[in-house]
Amino acid sequence: MPRVKIARKSTATDMTAMCDVAFLLLTFFILTSKFKTADPVPVDIPGYTHTVVLPEDNIATLTIGQGKVFFGVEGIPIRKQMLEEVGKLYNITFTPEETNTFITMPTFGMPITQLKGYLSMDPDKRKEIQQPGIPTDSARAELFNWIKQARVADVVLNQKALRITIKGDAKQEYPTIKTVIATLQRQKVNKFSLITALKAAPKP
Amino acid sequence: MAELDTSGGGKHKGGKVRSKKASTRVDLTAMVDLAFLLITFFMLTTTLAKSKAMDMVMPDKDDKTKDQLAVAESRTMTVLLGSHDKIEWYMGLPGKSAPIVDHFGKDGLRKALTENGSKVKAEHGGQPMIVLIKPSDKSTYANFVAALDELNITGIDIHAVVDIMPIEVEDLKKNGLY
Repeated sequence: MPRVKIARKSTATDMTAMCDVAFLLLTFFILTSKFKTADPVPVDIPGYTHTVVLPEDNIATLTIGQGKVFFGVEGIPIRKQMLEEVGKLYNITFTPEETNTFITMPTFGMPITQLKGYLSMDPDKRKEIQQPGIPTDSARAELFNWIKQARVADVVLNQKALRITIKGDAKQEYPTIKTVIATLQRQKVNKFSLITALKAAPKP
Repeated sequence: MAELDTSGGGKHKGGKVRSKKASTRVDLTAMVDLAFLLITFFMLTTTLAKSKAMDMVMPDKDDKTKDQLAVAESRTMTVLLGSHDKIEWYMGLPGKSAPIVDHFGKDGLRKALTENGSKVKAEHGGQPMIVLIKPSDKSTYANFVAALDELNITGIDIHAVVDIMPIEVEDLKKNGLY
């Protein structure tokens, strides 16, 4: 009696489809991921036990470090509108090129008088310059107006209340923080968020 | 690699010598491995980059309205933030009781908050303690957040950040914390 031969099957699976899916997902994640923008000053954020995750849009960040204050707001239309309105307040008109440069900057810290010169600078030169931070004094009220116009722009464009966050350096002495909080409170922003790192909760 | 040689093989006795046909299939296993590795990497990094925050509410600073709620002084605890990561705290009105120099952490501020909290609750028929945080100009942002963190851990809901008074600065100076 002849033996029944079982046909030997190949153990190789077709990887083509799997490969397609893997690369599709990879592309998706690369495109959707938003990379951390570099801070103008090194900021070491303090820890807190009960943090909430911030939304990605409709947000403005005040970066505080080395006694300097920087301001940044999410969304290109808001930035454009904000620059225009603040320029009007100080009688400065920005050229379309300067506006285009401004809207690509995630955060900035220049006094309004030097901003125009800074924006029209060569991109390589601009990188080398250390930004002095936005003046916080109440006489010129520059920081006050930037925040105010950003909030106004968000209401006009998105019908939303802008969420203000403060990203402070742990080593930063309190007076600067106090000035910034006072600036916010002068325009009735009593609720804001402090960006903190998550710290493990202590055992009870 | 994962592919077994299933061809018969070794039947070249006489006849024409045929050139072996090369398979057009490429082994994709390594490529898929790499792709999934990258996916994992991107997934993990994107979730980590999301910034976390704590919400903060400051008392309304309205200069016009003067109708402020009177608070029993025996229910308030004031925490002064000094330099060198040190604090001072006292109960009631400033100048009446000597402030106690303390530090941040489990045996310092947290212990003081829990003990005073339960003491106030016992003395005032379950009414909670009110904590005032007064950061001095020599304290850091980290101290400020740490103090708020301790309040959160100890579950004290009623607290406020208030400007420091000159008399309290004097006291911090006396203890070498300013």
